[in-house]
Amino acid sequence: MAAKRFWLIAILVGAVFFGLSLLVPNQYYFQAGYVVLQYIVLATAWNILGGYTGYVNFGVAAFFALGAYSSVALYKLAPLPLPVLILIAGIVSGVVGLGMGYLTLRLRGAFFSIATLAMAVVMQTLITNWDYVGGSRGAYILRPAQVPILGNYIVYLFLIMLILAVITIGIARSIERSRLGFGFAAIRDDEQAAEAAGVPTLRLKLVATTLSGALMGMAGAPLPYYVTYLDPASGFSLSYAVNSIAMPLIGGMTNWIGPLIGALFLGTIQQLATVTISSALNLLIVGLLLVGFVVIAPNGIVGLFERVVERARGRR
Amino acid sequence: MEVSLDLLLSAVVAGILLGGFYAAVSIGISISFGMLDIVNIAHPAFIILGAYAAYIVNSTFGLDPILTAIIMLPVFYLLGAGVYQVYYAVFERRGDEALRGLAFFFGLLFIIEVGLVLVFGVDYRFVEAPYIGPTFRFGMVDLPLRMLVPFVVSMVLVVLLQLYLSRTFIGRAIMAVSQDRLALQLMSANPGKIKRIAFGISIATASLAGAFLIIIQPVEPSVGRDYIGRVFAITVLGGLGSFPGMVAAALLLGIVESITATFYGPSWSPAVAFGILLLTLAFRPSGIMGR
Repeated sequence: MAAKRFWLIAILVGAVFFGLSLLVPNQYYFQAGYVVLQYIVLATAWNILGGYTGYVNFGVAAFFALGAYSSVALYKLAPLPLPVLILIAGIVSGVVGLGMGYLTLRLRGAFFSIATLAMAVVMQTLITNWDYVGGSRGAYILRPAQVPILGNYIVYLFLIMLILAVITIGIARSIERSRLGFGFAAIRDDEQAAEAAGVPTLRLKLVATTLSGALMGMAGAPLPYYVTYLDPASGFSLSYAVNSIAMPLIGGMTNWIGPLIGALFLGTIQQLATVTISSALNLLIVGLLLVGFVVIAPNGIVGLFERVVERARGRR
Repeated sequence: MEVSLDLLLSAVVAGILLGGFYAAVSIGISISFGMLDIVNIAHPAFIILGAYAAYIVNSTFGLDPILTAIIMLPVFYLLGAGVYQVYYAVFERRGDEALRGLAFFFGLLFIIEVGLVLVFGVDYRFVEAPYIGPTFRFGMVDLPLRMLVPFVVSMVLVVLLQLYLSRTFIGRAIMAVSQDRLALQLMSANPGKIKRIAFGISIATASLAGAFLIIIQPVEPSVGRDYIGRVFAITVLGGLGSFPGMVAAALLLGIVESITATFYGPSWSPAVAFGILLLTLAFRPSGIMGR
């Protein structure tokens, strides 16, 4: 069972990575690492819809913030452990993803993208006007300073996000090798032909939006605990959307490793740039890399690598 | 709150004026997205660029912002033609425009925005012109010149462009390129050249729209984002590439936003505008005046 082995390896790599991380004496490492891991989840989740089926979702921030705000709402209602919050956030965002897919997936290409952008704005307006979760003033979250065994709370958040990243990558990899993945690829290559060949395109696309939305929501759920203060402007920030789109495009969109590489690459650069230069520069870096890669290397880092390998083989 | 007739009337008038401005903002997208099938999501960033051009000339030479925008038209035209050349060579020729072309413009949006932030900072900038202060009053209805002047110039722009498209050879070729590329080639017109001209025109309109924007409100680099969804909403509502439909949709959106802002508070108006867009896309994708 190749799939089972992949899950095992992914979990093992995650565990070893976490073990090594614990040796890092610097608190900031976990702060920055959390953000990079969060982008691995977002980029991989985006790629399930964008890379596998070819539908560009500009509404990443909507799902992400929905997850974050469902945590805020539940936090005000009753204290629940973080994993439960993440699960609920996933269900809420998944249902919204399903609804959005149902409304918009009969639209092709650009119209779908515009609809997702519009949905993000509608969602932001609703949250801004919802006083229970703080409205435009934002909401404060009190997080415990310590957790048992792990010690500092940020290490706990880091571990949670790492587990989410492993799960997301595992799901993406399993989709690729399944009937579902072949159906997605057929939609991406030629939707009409796929439909004619008997691929249930609408149902498959709904699976993709639901799954993608749910995972994005789950990535957002721990956010209030990470930032401790959340307002709509920062939760719905367009930079989540541009990053989640740029990372798979830069890494490569055809398989699971592309978004992972893109997120590690871009996420790390951004964290370094934030510390050393300025955070305004972050968006410029993303923009330049995004344009540069789509112009020069349309298949991303993975595509470049494949080309190098092919050339090496040809020489032999 | 009780709905008084006066209040409603002024909200509608303010909405119409706002809608006229929206028409100028959307006409570029109406050309690029509606006619050429180029999803130029960076169009609002070009509008902000136009606003800053008007700001620089106005603050150093004291020149009128709209006059500045008219002088800058050729510059923006060339900028647009250049961007199209890159877009064509890299994406359109490879048949890659759907996904990567979209990402290209998305990246461009951020490059322009952060470029402006790095040069000018995030302070709000504004221009000075004799018509920014005064307001006409008719009974209960206010007509601020700050809104009226952009409205009038915007309508002139729409009419001129409509005449250009329907009366000249190149204008008709632009209309044709969206409908049947092959037939156009058979008429010995080069579709690539026609599209380059059309895209140049669409970016040129951003110069004027930018001047209107900075006349109406102070501008900082990221205000363009508020218009991304709005311009596409108007273009889709108007039925893609039809100017009369686009103007009707712009006025409708202006009025709806203005009424919502007056009676429910400004924080609700985006939801109404984009709610309309979502419903249109879901139930009538060809727009209110679509074919």
